[in-house]
Amino acid sequence: MESPFLKAATPPIEPIQEQIGQQTNVIEIRHLKKSFDDHEVLKDISIEVARGETLAVLGKSGAGKSVLIKCIVALLEPDAGTIILFGKDIAASGKKEQTGLHNRIGFLFQGGALYDSKSVRENLEFPLRNLKIKPSLEEKDKLVVEALTNVGLTDAIDKMPSELSGGMRKRLALARTLIQKPEIMLYDEPTTGLDPITSREISRLILGVQEKYQTSSIIITHDIECANIAANRIVLIRDGLCVASGTYDELENSDDEWVRSFFEWHADHTKATTAMQGKKSAR
Amino acid sequence: MAHGVLGENGKERQPRRRRLHFPVVEAFFSDAGLLSLFNVRVFKTVLQPPYEIREFLKQSYLIGNKSLALVGITGFIIGLVLTIQSRPTLAQFGAESWLPAMVAVSIVREIGPIITAVICAGKVGSGIGAELSSMRVTEQIEAMQVSGTDPFKYIVITRILAATLMIPVLTVFSDAFAFYGSFLGVNLRGDVSFTLFFSQALTKLTFMDVFPAFIKTFFFGFAIGLIGCYKGYNASTGTEGVGRAANSAVVTASLVVFIIDMLAVQITSLFM
Repeated sequence: MESPFLKAATPPIEPIQEQIGQQTNVIEIRHLKKSFDDHEVLKDISIEVARGETLAVLGKSGAGKSVLIKCIVALLEPDAGTIILFGKDIAASGKKEQTGLHNRIGFLFQGGALYDSKSVRENLEFPLRNLKIKPSLEEKDKLVVEALTNVGLTDAIDKMPSELSGGMRKRLALARTLIQKPEIMLYDEPTTGLDPITSREISRLILGVQEKYQTSSIIITHDIECANIAANRIVLIRDGLCVASGTYDELENSDDEWVRSFFEWHADHTKATTAMQGKKSAR
Repeated sequence: MAHGVLGENGKERQPRRRRLHFPVVEAFFSDAGLLSLFNVRVFKTVLQPPYEIREFLKQSYLIGNKSLALVGITGFIIGLVLTIQSRPTLAQFGAESWLPAMVAVSIVREIGPIITAVICAGKVGSGIGAELSSMRVTEQIEAMQVSGTDPFKYIVITRILAATLMIPVLTVFSDAFAFYGSFLGVNLRGDVSFTLFFSQALTKLTFMDVFPAFIKTFFFGFAIGLIGCYKGYNASTGTEGVGRAANSAVVTASLVVFIIDMLAVQITSLFM
């Protein structure tokens, strides 16, 4: 018999394209503003994310991408504007409602934010304590193993986070976020600090997660390749404003020089890498 | 009539008033105010469910277990040294037989609690300060919040309660080790049985020696936990913030322990 916990934790799966077609927005950000002292980081940001869609938010370092994502989960309080998650304005929600919303959102921190004093297993079990339907020990074990299998880390179950490499820590952080089966995933610089191969692995993992669990996602990044692999749509932020939005191909061929420069650098870099690989294989 | 200068938006800007600026004094009062608010938040939160019993027990175990050896050895040495140092003076007055009682009163009323508290301010206070600030720097506290757990309740309340409970327990252990050290000190130049030593030491202790001294250790524990958590939880980002939080936790907690001790002595003296 299927566990009531597993049943409750798994969101209903519908074909992704059908859902995007319906355009039911799970995240709506309207005219968001946020300043720190005199520095206006977000001037006027409006973004929507449809159910099942993956949106990449690109921008230079310090453009306010991380501030935006932290406002979404109420880690930062915006100065103005509204953030609506699943049709609910988070500013108007009480503490209990916010906790309920947090249980439906997964947040992958830039540095992983793994609990150093807890083992891999304990890290994964930690988010399960907040679920309304408490899983039994057997169910916990099953979920932990499933989460680790998804990211290919089954052997690390009894290790401490300090024993893992950068890429493994990132994958573990992703597994910890996914164990709650969130309906929305927010990724803060998921590939920063990783080598190109591991970055690509993480990007493909994000895509795999989206396809498997039908999550709606926002990826904050300045890694064009990650955006290309994992996102359906890209938004570019500059000076606290959304300056462009579209698919990878649309933005790559944009008339705006600044927008194009983002993609040209990536194209040049890819060409150079391919050429180097070609030379190496010729030797 | 004084005229202001035009600001960026074209409006007249009034010249800034010069004010007295004492950064150290300002920082002290600002810190004291924030610590008081933190304290209020602790009292508001502590009785609200859910109760993090498992984390509280884990922290109690860690604080008690990890400090026991240090507290025991220090207590033993203090008891031994105090006995050796006091013997010549008492011998001059022909009051050597009072040695166990004098040492017992000194240890139970003052030396045991204050030494334990100062050691724990260093070990436990800095540990909590460093751990929490490190969690802040690596976004673990934010991660907890996002996952639906109240980090204040899970991290702060449990550690403060654990410190409040375990410092008195450690003080009892410290006193016991100090008694044993004193027993050895007495026997370095004499031959006193274990039973005689303890009967001499304990029969001279009164309720007013033991009770106020024991009660103040709860306040010591609370102060150590509170200050360690406050410094760590509000640490600035960066590795420098971790070091500063740990260092500041030790210094402030030690100072506050002595202030509490002074107040406790004054209050106790009112009833004697």
